[in-house]
Amino acid sequence: MAFIIFIAVLLVIAFLFVGAYNKLVSLKAQVENAWKQIDVQLKRRHDLIPNLVNTVRGAMGFERETLEAVVEARNRAVAVVSGTPSPSGVAATAAAETQLTGALSRLMAVVEAYPDLKATGNVAQLQEELSSTENKIAFARQLYNDTATRYNATQRMFPTVLFAGMAGAAPVPLWEISDNAERSVPNMDLGFGARS
Amino acid sequence: MQASADLFGQQEANRRASRRLVAGFIIFVAWLGFGADIIWYYASSREAAARVVEGLSPNVVHHFPGLGILLLAVALIIIWWAFAFGPAQIISSTGAREITAPATPAEHQLVNVVDEMSIASGVPRPRIWIIPDDAPNALTTGTDAASAQLAVTQGLLESSSRDELQAVIAHEMGHISNLDVRLMTLLTALVGLVAFVHGAAFRVMRFGGGSGGSSGRGGSSSRSRGGGGAGGVLVIVLAVVWVISWLIAPLVTRFVVMRVGRSREFLADAMSAQYTRNPGALADALEKISNSTAKPDAIPISSAQLCIMDPSSSDRSERKGRWADLMATHPPVGERVARLRQMAYQPVERLNPTPDP
Repeated sequence: MAFIIFIAVLLVIAFLFVGAYNKLVSLKAQVENAWKQIDVQLKRRHDLIPNLVNTVRGAMGFERETLEAVVEARNRAVAVVSGTPSPSGVAATAAAETQLTGALSRLMAVVEAYPDLKATGNVAQLQEELSSTENKIAFARQLYNDTATRYNATQRMFPTVLFAGMAGAAPVPLWEISDNAERSVPNMDLGFGARS
Repeated sequence: MQASADLFGQQEANRRASRRLVAGFIIFVAWLGFGADIIWYYASSREAAARVVEGLSPNVVHHFPGLGILLLAVALIIIWWAFAFGPAQIISSTGAREITAPATPAEHQLVNVVDEMSIASGVPRPRIWIIPDDAPNALTTGTDAASAQLAVTQGLLESSSRDELQAVIAHEMGHISNLDVRLMTLLTALVGLVAFVHGAAFRVMRFGGGSGGSSGRGGSSSRSRGGGGAGGVLVIVLAVVWVISWLIAPLVTRFVVMRVGRSREFLADAMSAQYTRNPGALADALEKISNSTAKPDAIPISSAQLCIMDPSSSDRSERKGRWADLMATHPPVGERVARLRQMAYQPVERLNPTPDP
């Protein structure tokens, strides 16, 4: 009788382990995929910028500084190679991309000030593309953060917490705003970080 | 049950509610089929026991649940049919055109917004269609995330702001991510089957047809002695319950499916809030859609449950009463808006005091 109970307990533990292990592996894959999505969107933005700069260059020759800031920030962001989520990689990428976002928003503000430039349909289309690109990056980060939060929370929950070490699961960093200036932007709704 | 304000809390509550309903629904339909086999088994084994006592050769005991399996097989065929041909048929019945290469700025924006929401939801981008209809609305079909199709009306594109369009698309992506179309197609197919069998049985009875064969139809004819005659009362009670079940089945199944559909709508609203982090925009969009005076004509009534809002009853001023609410494909607009405003921590105006039953 005692033997049967022993076997039963062993079986229950085995089932719990398999369930927890598979869940953690699946979540980890989702986290990695979400991280790659951010890269894809950042790359899309990098590719879009030369196009945008060429469109507006002729019309705003004397705003050279703003344009150069964008190009420079873009090149720096391209240079930061991002791999799997690691605390230092996330921080470096985030810092470079935050700079680029800032430079771009300054450029868009300047474009707003040139009505004849805005009137050409080309720029309106580019503006839509650019704001969509910014949205896509924000949503990709949001998905990454949502997924990473679920992964991190699952690791600490019972009974998964008992097997997290064995399954090789470790907490992954969230994408955070590293620049305090950006955090203080007034039109960001707190707790809902989608639209930065 | 008070709806909790928290967005993830609302998602979880809705998931639980529809899981319970679907489980109940499946058990009920299984009882409609396999109940007959159970009753038949008890009745025949009782008879067999009686014949043994009398010294006669025992009759065939009904072991093989042929009736239940027959119903199951028919259900599977219907469901397969609906899965295979339903989505394409629904899209083509609206006269929609597919957007492959966006031409106008509005189409560009639509494609961008769908891209954004497919990123936010982590679901592959669905095929995009535009329905030539001035009434604002949107619908999704497709039985899995990879083959999903999303259609919006021309009226929605023209009347909504970027944020509102985004919120509506996010609601539809929520349906895709939750596999709601698959669930609802499956349940609707079962409702159709139950209604069909119900109708056929009643016609047969009306014309005084025979009441089912009495020979073992299931094929397995293993002769065995029924283990101890089960009480005749049990057989009668089971039979009565079973007949009553069939009498009320069409109504009950339809009612449950509508309940499930409404809870999935609330869930999709909460998913939209998760994807956009802007539940207020969906509330605005819903109010705009429900206040629209344009007459919807492109979307057939049978596709109403796929839309973001029932196209035939989008007029909010029209009070339809409790019964209509129970049989509606979507929850009352006022309640959906109220829940979304609650998620957005916005003041609730024009709240219909309809507590969750």
